[in-house]
Amino acid sequence: MKEFILIFRHENATGKVSPEQMQQWMQMQKEWVDGIAAQNKFIGGTGLLFDNAKVVHHDKTVSNGPFGEIKETLGGYVMVRAESAEEAAEFAKGTPILMGEGNTVEVRAILVH
Amino acid sequence: MQSQDLIPSLFRTEYSKIVAVLSSYFGLDQMEMAEDIASETFLQATENWPYKGIPENPAAWLYTVAKNKAKNQLHRNHLFQEKISPELKHSEVNAASFEIDLSPKNISDSQLQMLFAISHPILSEKAQISLALQILCGFSIDEIADGLLSTKEAVSKNLQRAREKLRSERVKLVFPDAIDLPGRLNVVLRTLYLLFNEGYYSESHKDLIRKDLCIEAMNLAYLLLKNKSTNTQDTNALMSLMCFQASRLDARLSANGELILYPDQNEELWDTALIEKGFYYLQQASQWKTASKYYLEASIAYWHTIKNDTPEKWESIVKLYDLLLQIEDNEIAAMNRIFALSKAKGKTVALAELQSKSFKKNLFYYLLLSDLLLEKDKKAEALEKAMDYAKNDKERQFLEVKMNALTTS
Repeated sequence: MKEFILIFRHENATGKVSPEQMQQWMQMQKEWVDGIAAQNKFIGGTGLLFDNAKVVHHDKTVSNGPFGEIKETLGGYVMVRAESAEEAAEFAKGTPILMGEGNTVEVRAILVH
Repeated sequence: MQSQDLIPSLFRTEYSKIVAVLSSYFGLDQMEMAEDIASETFLQATENWPYKGIPENPAAWLYTVAKNKAKNQLHRNHLFQEKISPELKHSEVNAASFEIDLSPKNISDSQLQMLFAISHPILSEKAQISLALQILCGFSIDEIADGLLSTKEAVSKNLQRAREKLRSERVKLVFPDAIDLPGRLNVVLRTLYLLFNEGYYSESHKDLIRKDLCIEAMNLAYLLLKNKSTNTQDTNALMSLMCFQASRLDARLSANGELILYPDQNEELWDTALIEKGFYYLQQASQWKTASKYYLEASIAYWHTIKNDTPEKWESIVKLYDLLLQIEDNEIAAMNRIFALSKAKGKTVALAELQSKSFKKNLFYYLLLSDLLLEKDKKAEALEKAMDYAKNDKERQFLEVKMNALTTS
């Protein structure tokens, strides 16, 4: 069994979200996570917010962000156990994040050794 | 709590509490900051709960997150030094140990202060209602537009203007002092009364929204009742009135959304729990020995909860309308009085009364006239005149049903 990280990338993550939309997203994401956990293949994960977000640059300057300069932002990640990258990708297909057009999930193996 | 509407129902109850408490620390002019923090708090819940599970006490979780966000915000903006510190300078508090108080007592105090601020006399009635819905009831612009039968753009513009006015007039989040309190409380009660009526009489097709407006008005009235200095006769009487009216919410519209007038309502659809509540608050209000406008209106509404037509019932209602009309000149109340008079003393007496007064001619006038007239073709004639004043399909349909009933009888 290998470990994989599924990285959620959002396009245009800004805009007002209604409580009903929040509910829908939360419920679907929770069901997805619970489904993986039921197979004992969920390691952990979290969503990411923009509060206090910083970018540290090559010259060690620190800016607030990332705002404006990029189209795609990191929205969160989960770590799973899977036999193969294909199985991990199958897991990824179930997240409601992919309902947003332009959103992607990147699947990467976590190096253990 | 049903887990499938956990976030929307938490949003309805907790969002406005967080905004009210944080605004009391930041100042009303920084209300947008409080609103941003409250929104981010909910966003954080949706980004955390799918992975960590829904906390045992979701509201407490939200409060903790909101507190931390607020503290961080205060540090970042140096707001603490400028705004909060001067007020706390005699106590040993600094930014690091500074705590935001989200106890039930401070929540309801802050909400009350907010209610007084947005029911400020410098604002128009429409602005007061919109602000109450947005800030104290957690309604979205869309929901407000639906509830007030307005457009999104108009509501948004109205709200923006009202917020600017609160800022430019430097309205503070404070409880009015003893001298100002009665006058300010009057304005607050009128706002709640209008908010309730918007829901009760609204022609909005969205049943849920109409009901919500009524329920929110009652929740805010409850806030006033919990505080000793705002628990007055008027507040109790208004609450009583709203309970009695709300008890008929389900009975006054048919399944197709058509209006059903009082005499034709199925009283089995009346909400008896609300009637009992209304009676309780009416009794509370009767401890004061005067009879205010709300008290009289609540008493009239009380008599309407008794379906049986007895002479005593309608004579009491006529008397109450007499007293009410001494307090304020109101054509609707005057016409309602004449309807009650017809029940107490007969149609001929009531008709003479109606014709002796110069009422503005409208749909309600001709409807009443048609009811009081005895001859069939005169009744029909009055109904036809009423048709000229119908404003929408619902009213036209209502009159057509009446007309059909008359011609086939």
